[in-house]
Amino acid sequence: MAPAPQVKLTATPGQTIGPFYGYALPYERDNELVNPSRTGAVRLHGTVYDGDGTVIPDALLEIWQADEDGNVVAQAGSLVRDGYTFTGFGRTAVDNEGNYTFTTLNPGATDAGKAPFIMLTVFARGLLNRLFTRIYLPEDTAALAADPLLASLDAADRGTLIATREADGALRFDVHLQGESETAFLSYPRS
Amino acid sequence: MTNTTTGNESFNDSHALDPAASTATQETVSAEIAGVHDAYRAAVASGGAVETQPRIDFAPYRSSLLRHPTKSLHHADPETIELFSPAFGQRDVHALESDLTIQHNGEPVGERIVVTGRVLDGDGHPVRNQLVEIWQANAAGRYIHKRDQHPAPIDPNFTGVGRALTGENGEYTFTTIKPAPYPWKNHHNAWRPAHIHFSLFGTDFTQRMITQMYFPGDPLFGLDPIYQSITDPKAREALVATYDHAVTSHEWATGYRWDIVLTGSNRTWMENEEGDH
Ligand SMILES: [Fe+2]
Repeated sequence: MAPAPQVKLTATPGQTIGPFYGYALPYERDNELVNPSRTGAVRLHGTVYDGDGTVIPDALLEIWQADEDGNVVAQAGSLVRDGYTFTGFGRTAVDNEGNYTFTTLNPGATDAGKAPFIMLTVFARGLLNRLFTRIYLPEDTAALAADPLLASLDAADRGTLIATREADGALRFDVHLQGESETAFLSYPRS
Repeated sequence: MTNTTTGNESFNDSHALDPAASTATQETVSAEIAGVHDAYRAAVASGGAVETQPRIDFAPYRSSLLRHPTKSLHHADPETIELFSPAFGQRDVHALESDLTIQHNGEPVGERIVVTGRVLDGDGHPVRNQLVEIWQANAAGRYIHKRDQHPAPIDPNFTGVGRALTGENGEYTFTTIKPAPYPWKNHHNAWRPAHIHFSLFGTDFTQRMITQMYFPGDPLFGLDPIYQSITDPKAREALVATYDHAVTSHEWATGYRWDIVLTGSNRTWMENEEGDH
């Protein structure tokens, strides 16, 4: 792939989400990409930690993902959910103990042989700019081994990006903003 | 929590304190900010890169100490899902949500303003039909948030939350009340410059960002570690709206203009490249 072309304009700087987004950004069923009773509904959950291993009670997370067949959907209705349309987008504020839950679908591979992942964006008081990462599904080990991003990371970093499948089918993915288990966060071209 | 914060002690060790308990003086925090900025200027003078985003490791903002990754970000070539963004439509956002002054039965107190501008990507292309969300304090510097303990009045006619979809040219417009500065607990006598929080989406989810818009000439700019976490003065200025008398309307509202630039879309050039083969 050729290197990404230079951007013409300088991006506006980010700033922290601050402490007071709680009455503004969350909305009804923001974390329910699908109805929990739907066949194939999966719980994606975890906890957000700081560099001391203390839970962060004021983070906001967003996910963006393909559907079960690996298709990127372009459906409106993320903010006003009808309970049936899968839009691929979800948002949730963590609780007082730093925990979050999304109800979603296992994303399919967007191309044959690709490791399926969910895009995650992290905002928090104290975090001066948003962070991006990927939540990989743990099952397709051959695809994970062939994934270019994962291959570029050392074993410890790689491990932070692969979710754990729990006995009841839920996906567990913790986020460590700092510390020994610090999550691998991503940058993209043209930023 | 130990209270060791009297007299003229040096607070160079204040990193160890609970951020919320910091009683460092403004002078201490300002000196720390100046230290980081001086080092940045020196680095640029000797050929270092210009920084256009905030430092995420910025000690004068105490809450950042334990909440910034210490490893550098890992480069990722965006894949399918990362080249697209969620779609939002009229179903998601009602046209009236962009007027924060009509959400209650009465008129909110304060200076009525219009904030308008365009959302562009890094190539200068308008970002169309995308979601813009804002939230802010009221004219007394108080948020409708249960944890905001600032003893300033709540305005029963002002919530301070707005949404809009950008138009064909990437344009957005909000009608609102000018927010006031408010105190916070970063250090003793810490005050945030007046600001409106903005949340933005692009055509690619990798362009997702949240920021704050400020008002021209705010005397608190130099004192604020969140604003000053952007070490480059030109980059900082990009967060300050411009007073625009053409936006001001006769006997109704004063007007501000603020354009937002997201990072570059990767979809456009990657698709074009595929087409070239
Ligand atoms: Fe604020």
